Amino acid sequence: MAIHDLENAFQQKIDNEIKIEPKDWMPDAYRKTNTRQISQHAHSEIVGMLPEGNWITRAPSLKRKAILIAKVQDEAGHGLYLYSAAETLGSSREQMIDELHSGKAKYSSIFNYPTLTWADMGAIGWLVDGAAILNQVMLCRTSYGPYARANVRICKEESFHQRQGFESLLVLSKGTKEQKEMCQDAINRWWWPSLMMFGPKDSESTNSDQSIKWKIKRKTNDELRRQFVNMIAEQVKLLGMTLPDPDLKYNNQTGQYDFGEINWDEFWNVVKGNGPCNEQRLQARRKAHEEGAWVREAAVAYAEKKQSRQPNEKTDAA
Amino acid sequence: MKIKIKKFYYGDIPGDEAGESIASPTITNDKAWPLWEIFIRSKQGLDHKHAGSLHAADAAMAIENARDVYTRRQEGISIWAVESKNIHASNPDDAESFYEPASDKIYRHPGFYQLPDEIKHM
Ligand SMILES: [Fe+2]
Ligand SMILES: [Fe+2]
Repeated sequence: MAIHDLENAFQQKIDNEIKIEPKDWMPDAYRKTNTRQISQHAHSEIVGMLPEGNWITRAPSLKRKAILIAKVQDEAGHGLYLYSAAETLGSSREQMIDELHSGKAKYSSIFNYPTLTWADMGAIGWLVDGAAILNQVMLCRTSYGPYARANVRICKEESFHQRQGFESLLVLSKGTKEQKEMCQDAINRWWWPSLMMFGPKDSESTNSDQSIKWKIKRKTNDELRRQFVNMIAEQVKLLGMTLPDPDLKYNNQTGQYDFGEINWDEFWNVVKGNGPCNEQRLQARRKAHEEGAWVREAAVAYAEKKQSRQPNEKTDAA
Repeated sequence: MKIKIKKFYYGDIPGDEAGESIASPTITNDKAWPLWEIFIRSKQGLDHKHAGSLHAADAAMAIENARDVYTRRQEGISIWAVESKNIHASNPDDAESFYEPASDKIYRHPGFYQLPDEIKHM
């Protein structure tokens, strides 16, 4: 078949909601875009463990510590589901990790902000995981089969993340004056970066929406961001807190919330690597990888040694 | 085909190499842990079902990692790990001819047979 026919057949499959699987023919750009996007998503889960991991030893109670550990462990799992999905497109795990560590690959900018107080754990769960969920729910229907399945698995686990965050803020919002202030301060600091998570405005680009045409994405950045604002603007009332946006107002005509302009200079600055914690995050990842090298090597040596002793060791499938 | 994606959606983070691929297929280092496919039985009486894949140095580690990655909420009671290189797959390009012999044998399905309405369940 000529390339042109293959492309037509491919688009037809997508139009008919037939998922693309690893061994199917796909346009090069589809493979590359998915590889980039899935690996960035994986990196975000992995780097995303750092700001929260920062508070595990300082959680205010054993209950909160257990919850935080469970959440961080889930994020590691999400990273693994996603790396495996990306590997089905032909990239090796090592290469993806190298690209993260060299700074060539990107991850979500939100994780380049520092976690200053305990209330940040609540704000991250509620706002950051909340924003991530909207994206991931949409991605459960993405056209590449392994990526869609990874997101289904992730979404089953995410709802606990957002709920524990909100609940944790709820406790603070009913606490002492200092706790209330801490809660409001965390919301103030995380609100705008959370909105930036949805990426540049739709009007920023005049190029064709190839990602939408291929159903890699099914909603635009602005659509998702609006959905998020409408959701959070209601929920914040239950906390008795406010969002730091004087322009945030319910619009009776549209039935949606209007909101202020995002600081795009800050957005691009953090994307380009000049956020408050970019360097620190990458350093922590590199350090973990380097210091774990001997463990990885020892495990291989041990497996080889065991194999040479018992060449046919096997347990029956049960 | 020269399609370059320049419009960035959430989760696709813009960078210097805007719209370009990052990772491209490579040779894997032979010291890297091999890939395993994981199958999980969610409860007694059900089949093992493919859950995903992971890297591990050997089968024992693959099973332990699978427990940590895929059964954190009691999703399984039994795990199979198969090294991915041992899985043989049919070729999707041949699907049309490969499965064709079954498509015209509608008499293999119960709905092919017209029976009187009096027969309620058969
Ligand atoms: Fe996650
Ligand atoms: Fe999460």
